[in-house]
Amino acid sequence: MRNTSRKERLSNVTGIYEFIIGLFIIIGSLLSLIATIGAIRLPDVYTRNHAIAKATTLGVMMILLGALIYFMVFESHFNSRLLLAILFIFMTAPISGHLIGRAAYHSGVKMAESSVTDDLGRDLQKKEKSKSRNL
Amino acid sequence: MAFQMLLNIFLAFTYMFMKTNFTLGSFVVGYFWGFVFLFIFRKLFNTRFYFHPVYATFKLMLLFLKALVQSTFGVVMLIVKPKLDIKPGIFALPIELRKDWEILLLSSLISLTPGTLTVQVSEDNSVLYIHAINIDDVKEEIDGIKNSFEKAILEVSR
Repeated sequence: MRNTSRKERLSNVTGIYEFIIGLFIIIGSLLSLIATIGAIRLPDVYTRNHAIAKATTLGVMMILLGALIYFMVFESHFNSRLLLAILFIFMTAPISGHLIGRAAYHSGVKMAESSVTDDLGRDLQKKEKSKSRNL
Repeated sequence: MAFQMLLNIFLAFTYMFMKTNFTLGSFVVGYFWGFVFLFIFRKLFNTRFYFHPVYATFKLMLLFLKALVQSTFGVVMLIVKPKLDIKPGIFALPIELRKDWEILLLSSLISLTPGTLTVQVSEDNSVLYIHAINIDDVKEEIDGIKNSFEKAILEVSR
């Protein structure tokens, strides 16, 4: 180990960084692919929403993180805009999932055949009933 | 909490003026001594010492990240399994949180836990309606998780 030149050791370190960056980007793109498969396979809007809202969030975040590390190591340029993008996606993705689910429910989209319980429908019906009784 | 933080920054500036040394280093040193000073006089404020909420926020962020990774792998396993044997459904969860931002935080946390997605908040802010992808094996476990989330959020805002 003592005989290795400085250049060789540096290339070893870059190898590790390359491995980490590759891992991040491959896992991110695989997650996006699996989310797409989920959108095709799952039975209704709500379950598809699960797959898209979660897997894509982490997938895009990991791809962006890989890009951030790449430019930090190989171009020695810290791009704070990528960090901001990660933060914004992290904050907005669950809310968009919530809004899509809510809009679907209120425009009367049926849940899948295999659904078991529906507490929201029950409570909404109860409210309707009490309102009509008051009138 | 914000008042204590402002007071700490003010003490750091006072330290810088006394040293006549206007660098980041002296600001950090002044902030540290101001922190110690505020800790000694913490009984004089009627709110908690401001390090507690800051620490709780940090812990909440870690919890958020962990929930995201767990939920993603849970959903991925569900999709990749050759046979789809899921039982989706919507269940109601009564909550104790009342402020708007607390409910927002809790509902996004629930959206990012394994197999659950918030569908609606009731009009009087007392019940969350949650769509679960696999209701029977998830329900009890999720109640536990939610208790921990709710507790963590209460810890921040108390």
